[in-house]
Amino acid sequence: MSKGRFGVHGGQYVPETLMNAIIELEEAYEHYKKDPDFNRELEDLLNNYAGRPSRLYFAERMSKELGGARIYLKREDLNHTGAHKINNVLGQVLLAKKMGKTRVIAETGAGQHGVATATAAALMDMECEIFMGKEDTERQALNVYKMKLLGAKVNAVTTGTATLKDAVSEAMREWTNRIDDTHYVLGSVMGPHPFPTIVRDFQAVISKEIKEQILEAEGRLPDAVIACVGGGSNAIGAFYNFIEDREVRLIGCEAAGRGIDTADTAATISTGRLGIFHGMKSYFCQDEYGQIAPVYSISAGLDYPGVGPEHADLYDTGRAEYVAITDDEAVDAFEYLSKTEGIIPAIESAHAVAYAMKLAPAMGRDKIIVVNLSGRGDKDCAAIARYRGEDIHE
Amino acid sequence: MSRIREAFSNGKAFIHFITCGDPSLEVTKEIVKEMEKAGADLIELGIPFSDPTAEGPVIQAANVRALSGGVTTDKIFEMAKELRETVKIPMVFMTYANVVFSYGIERFAQKTEQTGMDGIILPDIPYEEKEEFASVFRKYGLDMISLIAPTSHDRISMIAKEAEGFVYCVSSLGVTGMRSEITTDIDEMVGLVKKCRDIPCAVGFGISTPEQAVKMAGAADGVIVGSAIVKICGQYGADSPKYVAEYVKSMKDAIRQI
Repeated sequence: MSKGRFGVHGGQYVPETLMNAIIELEEAYEHYKKDPDFNRELEDLLNNYAGRPSRLYFAERMSKELGGARIYLKREDLNHTGAHKINNVLGQVLLAKKMGKTRVIAETGAGQHGVATATAAALMDMECEIFMGKEDTERQALNVYKMKLLGAKVNAVTTGTATLKDAVSEAMREWTNRIDDTHYVLGSVMGPHPFPTIVRDFQAVISKEIKEQILEAEGRLPDAVIACVGGGSNAIGAFYNFIEDREVRLIGCEAAGRGIDTADTAATISTGRLGIFHGMKSYFCQDEYGQIAPVYSISAGLDYPGVGPEHADLYDTGRAEYVAITDDEAVDAFEYLSKTEGIIPAIESAHAVAYAMKLAPAMGRDKIIVVNLSGRGDKDCAAIARYRGEDIHE
Repeated sequence: MSRIREAFSNGKAFIHFITCGDPSLEVTKEIVKEMEKAGADLIELGIPFSDPTAEGPVIQAANVRALSGGVTTDKIFEMAKELRETVKIPMVFMTYANVVFSYGIERFAQKTEQTGMDGIILPDIPYEEKEEFASVFRKYGLDMISLIAPTSHDRISMIAKEAEGFVYCVSSLGVTGMRSEITTDIDEMVGLVKKCRDIPCAVGFGISTPEQAVKMAGAADGVIVGSAIVKICGQYGADSPKYVAEYVKSMKDAIRQI
């Protein structure tokens, strides 16, 4: 069995052309993660550029209204560029710079990872090219403009379903084509080893902060941590430092789309099975012959047919639970949080909010839930308005 | 000698790839027979995959056409079995890891053996992951073909030592597809393989013209052509067998002179 396994999941299922590149990346990462200068530089960027630590906010009105557990929101939406994606990107682009790379490429779904990558590339003076499914460039036109404004080239991917999975495939193809000067900034805890580990480590700052902040606010650990899961980077970030704390329930919310009993779903753990794709062994939505299924979710960021290998293992071992949230539930939560707390969440994060709305009333008032609010919802306003039948244009 | 080795026993080998079921399995069968007649030494039968990450636009489009035509792994096994009744040259499957894994590696290998195929190529399985697959295929007497790339360098000897059948030398960076120029030092790549193993080396990715075939075959034991043939299938559909045959003959004639 190769390196980078989480139970049976993970591994390095990539063309030979990329093997030396990922070995080089692993070696560089192993070196720099122990390098005090690298860590100082990264911490400075996270604090002074991205605005960390992000707040842990007690959603008092929401908690009261739901009438159960006390709900805290981890405000990753307040980071520079508006989502948790910046944590990973600053780490990876800094690493790429140290490795002597001059160009970064990335895939993006909702556009948040693309914007974050373009941002870090502008900051660190790197050439940047983003791959985005054509359908997503239309759903998230504002983010396309932002990436261009930040100096990146945006390639609209028309192959396959023209969504996130096709953007990943195209970014991988481009990396095979140009390796010497280029680093592929993978945006989630997926792909071949070492990406799932690197991205998790850079996102683990979320749970590190949650732990400190909740201990200060409540004097104890939360009863549950809830996060949305596409590839799973914000969720693994929110879970990681709680994995050993068995009393903390870890709950990942997948996108059920129009329902897990329909074909229009992206809930991988609920509907998928074990497979090998995009460099990793994990769970994937696929047909009986292993053809990857065209998945669907209202949320471009969760519209992916696979899930990170560490999540697959957390599911296998029972350490984390995974639930499916429909478009309707997510849109309701999007509106609810806006009206109740004055916070417009990303439609991805609204999947986590939706589950908190179900869970909190069933828990006692002495219980504590932390919801990872992975991103802000400005980018989604036009799409949600259209979903509600209002024809507005950005 | 395995049937795959035999393909390299009469001078330079000419290896062809086609996507099964583009435009239909009936036409695929005809094309394979025509290719054998026209002088092909080994045929790679591509089992289409929804997301072929190592392919360029031409083969990607063929995969889409084949899958939307309703082709499945089981139908391809049947077709291969029928082909084996008359086709004498070695044939291998080429597909992606998930197609095999999802079918069940053991079940897939058993079927492959029963259809009379000789081996398999999985471009998304590197050396580090190969035993999960190769150990099973070996049990059924099937070769799992290893690939080396322009970026392999120090990995070549490790890969060559355990290679089966022949070594697939990827000529260029990037994905499959026709290229006007191939800049990799193929002599050096092949030399590194031969230094540690006496195993045939065939060069693929980017080769489409007789001139390129001659140049590449000069440095190796054979050439592999995929996209150029798949492009003909895309262009002529049901009429493609005769055009493919003409093309194969022109390529084979060119490398026969070496």
